[in-house]
Amino acid sequence: MEKTKLEEFLSSPMHVVNVGLEAFADELDTQGVSVVHVDWSPPAGGDPELAGLLSKLGA
Amino acid sequence: MLNADPVLVDVVPAHEAIPALRDGRKILHAGPPIDWDRMCGPLRGAIAGIAVFEGWASGLDEAMSMAGDGALEFHPNHHFDAVGPMTGMTTRGQPVMVVENRAYGNRAYCTINEGLGKVMRFGGNDREVLKRLEWLRDVAGPLLGVALRECGGIPLKSLMARGLSMGDEMHQRNVACSCLLLREIGPCLARTSENVTVLADLMSFLGGNDQLFLNVGMAAGKAIMDPVRGIESSSIVTAMCRNGTDFGVRVSGTGDTWFIAPVEMPEGLYFPGFTEADSNPDIGDSTILETIGLGAFAMGAAPAVAGFVGAGAPSQAGNFTRSMGEIAFSESPVWTIPAMDHLGVPTGIDIRRVVETGIAPTINTGIAHKEPGIGQIGAGVVKAPMGCFVQALRALADELGVS
Repeated sequence: MEKTKLEEFLSSPMHVVNVGLEAFADELDTQGVSVVHVDWSPPAGGDPELAGLLSKLGA
Repeated sequence: MLNADPVLVDVVPAHEAIPALRDGRKILHAGPPIDWDRMCGPLRGAIAGIAVFEGWASGLDEAMSMAGDGALEFHPNHHFDAVGPMTGMTTRGQPVMVVENRAYGNRAYCTINEGLGKVMRFGGNDREVLKRLEWLRDVAGPLLGVALRECGGIPLKSLMARGLSMGDEMHQRNVACSCLLLREIGPCLARTSENVTVLADLMSFLGGNDQLFLNVGMAAGKAIMDPVRGIESSSIVTAMCRNGTDFGVRVSGTGDTWFIAPVEMPEGLYFPGFTEADSNPDIGDSTILETIGLGAFAMGAAPAVAGFVGAGAPSQAGNFTRSMGEIAFSESPVWTIPAMDHLGVPTGIDIRRVVETGIAPTINTGIAHKEPGIGQIGAGVVKAPMGCFVQALRALADELGVS
């Protein structure tokens, strides 16, 4: 019986791109999962007032 | 700032370069404005020493009393076109190096670097320290001034570019630039000096000081950044400095307002016999170098420095430069790093990017003992406090009517 695309996806090796919290990437890495971490955080540390000012100041 | 053309043109007594120093007992110091009551140990020690040097007090105790009684005036170097490393003492009798930005016609000043060990910039104030300052005033300063006038000045932009390619970041490593400077000024000194013994002493002093160029680079930094002040809407940092208590930031679009937050403690390596418990918080105007893209911003050019300041493996030095690139407006087309495929140093700290990314400028720095009179005890890295940049962003937004 032919595998569905979802079954095929779930049974193939995972390659993960992790955005934000590095601990998630570390956890996957220790389990042998291929992972690339993207160092990202919300603008201005998530402060909505500063993020608003930044968007109006062209950042 | 990318078009700047800094040239070391002269060495003159400070009161000639800065006329305001002629009147009263004015002492210019590093960092933003601060009162005697809030000054740290090394700054107090240096002030006591320089008051004796200038003949305003007969001894250190009297100088301390005068300072507490309001008999001495304190002002930031930055308010008088000057900068000074660590405690940053500038007073009327000291010789200052004059750097002219020939692209814009402005000038900036910095005293002559005293060398390593027990020195006034780290709060040293004993007889040995004062004697060296007297020699700089009476012998070294006048000879250097004559030589520089004779040779028509030493262009610094290309010299600093070469220094970068030879492993200097010009804050904690200046050995290449110091040698290049000596190579330029040596023949001029030989032509203009009349006493071979005095000349030999001066050459020995200049050649024996790996940080000789630090103060030259700082004056160049000030000369480069001053024309950037007061540009409407500009979010570029024009000065960062520390007085050992407060960290101050100025931004072009908000004029000469200081945005101030408590200084942080450097993390680094200590000379034998000293620990973090002995260290003074961050101090000095030398952060003008990071402001123009050098120091920690150019760490990739100086992997040897990464180990000296305790910033990790030399192979990781480029990461500091890449990280600082996240908060810089541009890259220098002239000051490039060969080991990073000639990447231009990150130039022009943009407060919008600092606040947006949460990446604070990193600074390479010397570490002073917290008690007056002892001097340097190590070197390290430290972050500029984020609070300065958040305040500056709000003020710039207010200036532009943005809410």
